[in-house]
Amino acid sequence: MSAPNSAPSKAVLAKLTPVLTKRWSTPDAWRRDTYEQLDGYLGLRKALRTRPDELIQLVKDSGLRGRGGAGFPTGMKWGFIPQNDGKPHYLVVNADEGEPGTCKDLPLMTHDPHSLIEGVIIASYAIGAHRAYIYVRGEAVNAARRLRHAVTEAYEAGYLGKDVLGSGYDLDVYVHSGAGAYICGEETALLDSLEGLRGQPRLRPPFPATHGLYACPTVVNNVGTIASVPFIVLGGADWWKSMGTEKSSGPMIYSLSGRIVYPGQYECSMGITLRELIELAGGMQPGHELKFWTPGGSSTPLLTADHMDVPLDFESVAAAGSILGTTATQIFSDQDCPVYATFRWLEFYHHESCGKCTPCREGNYWMMLTYRRILSGQGTHEDLDTLLDTCDNILGRAFCGLGDGATSPVTSSLAYFKQDYLSYIEGRSAPKLSGKELVGAHR
Amino acid sequence: MAFSEEIRVRAKEIVSRYPDGKSRSALLPMLHLVQSEEGYVSSAGIAFCAETLGLTKAEVSAVATFYTMYKRRPTGDWLVSVCTNTMCDVLGGRRVYEMLSEYLDVGHDETTVDGKITLEHAECLAACDYGPVMTVNYEFFDRVDVETALGIATQLQEGKRPMPTRGARLCTLKEISLQLAGYADDRADALADGVAGEPTLRGNLLAERYGVSVPDLDRDTHVGREPEPAATDEVVPEANTQASDAKPAGDTPLPAQEHLKEAK
Repeated sequence: MSAPNSAPSKAVLAKLTPVLTKRWSTPDAWRRDTYEQLDGYLGLRKALRTRPDELIQLVKDSGLRGRGGAGFPTGMKWGFIPQNDGKPHYLVVNADEGEPGTCKDLPLMTHDPHSLIEGVIIASYAIGAHRAYIYVRGEAVNAARRLRHAVTEAYEAGYLGKDVLGSGYDLDVYVHSGAGAYICGEETALLDSLEGLRGQPRLRPPFPATHGLYACPTVVNNVGTIASVPFIVLGGADWWKSMGTEKSSGPMIYSLSGRIVYPGQYECSMGITLRELIELAGGMQPGHELKFWTPGGSSTPLLTADHMDVPLDFESVAAAGSILGTTATQIFSDQDCPVYATFRWLEFYHHESCGKCTPCREGNYWMMLTYRRILSGQGTHEDLDTLLDTCDNILGRAFCGLGDGATSPVTSSLAYFKQDYLSYIEGRSAPKLSGKELVGAHR
Repeated sequence: MAFSEEIRVRAKEIVSRYPDGKSRSALLPMLHLVQSEEGYVSSAGIAFCAETLGLTKAEVSAVATFYTMYKRRPTGDWLVSVCTNTMCDVLGGRRVYEMLSEYLDVGHDETTVDGKITLEHAECLAACDYGPVMTVNYEFFDRVDVETALGIATQLQEGKRPMPTRGARLCTLKEISLQLAGYADDRADALADGVAGEPTLRGNLLAERYGVSVPDLDRDTHVGREPEPAATDEVVPEANTQASDAKPAGDTPLPAQEHLKEAK
């Protein structure tokens, strides 16, 4: 690993691919006139001269995969929308960023909101939607402020409303703020929330492609996915595929946080490794040695220093036993405790479980209490089996992925760092929590 | 509390953002709206939402109690949220929260005796590259430590408005709730407040410093299957309109292309 502050090597620098992030460096890019000077709305003009089915084919050809964590092929998702079914179609943008570690969509909407709007118009046109909703995380007030302004500017310029740029196509876009619920980042919970209900996931099938918003055909896409579309329309599928790997095409925004010298957003060709990312980020902080990391948020199983050369694309990370997720790379060192980290994530999952499915609601609660006991120096060896049993009973037994995600740090930290657990149980590590926090834990 | 005529007009406008017959979709923004009047969601606020949307109070309560941003008790003008999710916690956020709690003498979701400041610990606020972070009325203060956090709290107590690290200058919780209901920020300069911080631009800065860029894209890359100009069904009438405008035929680009040149 490179020493802190030394310049990254040429080979690693060459993996930087500023595409979606590039305009962030222009302070006024959130204004329409500046955006237009930077290729803004050129993709839209081109798209409106293209047939919707050709646009769907283009996105399929580009290999674009969803940037919200699941990596589903975007063109295929669009292609599932029934044609000429007489029902209204909807595009819903999932801007409910909240997966722990993830921080790429908020800067995009804050510093380049028009790129999202432009993508929304192109995608809506392609799937035959005349209404689109951008569901923004409630807490993201600054991003929503810029986004609302961008929508207003887009209407003024004729990019939205009746007869978009004289094409005969009509589209209305609304920015809808959430109200603080991580679960609404799950697409069907988001749709329920947008319908004015508690944000709880729906049973699938039917899928949103046929029964989404108001039981109508709906595409739900992440911010980064939609913001990629204008670039693909402008540069074409082959240009897009000149970045990334064969099956994970294009640039990807890697969000680095934690024990590195320069945390931040690094947009790179998909398939870069953690070793290379750390090099770009100036190395580990002095006195810190990499111990564990998440490749894509807390719902993706932890990886270790042994996984530094895994290419961070969908397939390779899966082969290494984790998930690429949102490429939210949280980097922890030998000064951080994987047991405590997992405990904090479980408190999060317990708080954010919507309560619909018993395994997730109860399982996360009891796992959190078990962690408290272990971290208070009162854990038992059986507790470790209880944790794994509980994970068995959550994984795959809930409507959505929240419960599955909660088991990720538990099973992976137990697999890689069992000694750290045993140190608390066997009294070699000083308790991290005091006994008074043991409310409700049984012995 | 009786809600003013202005609020009723706003409620109608909110409902109009959703398709006919789908007024229930307006519930989340409506709850932000009543919070913008009262500083929390009161039983009167719940009744107002129920009445406006044709729901029962129980249906509205079920939703209001699900989301953490709807406050169920009177809340201060300043909602201070400290991220204590794993990354911010290990970087010092936990200690910031504990010290603020001690200094303000309140626990999670509690309001100071003078009613000005409400404290809460928050889950991941999506700014991990700036961790540990806290927000005041959801505007970010980045890389805080105990000292800066207490300084911000003191300023708020003194009636000052500390400037967030990123994002707009502070407004009250009621005012931000109105924005959450979908209304534009009416402060002239607020939109331009805040520039991208260094972590946001980190990758860009490296690329610029070392002259790295992506392969040039050809803006004229043909993306459709048919030769351009591929007149789509939608564009055909438009092209005809142009022709009838007595513009010279033949060398007239499609109107969209004309704009395209201007934009370049």
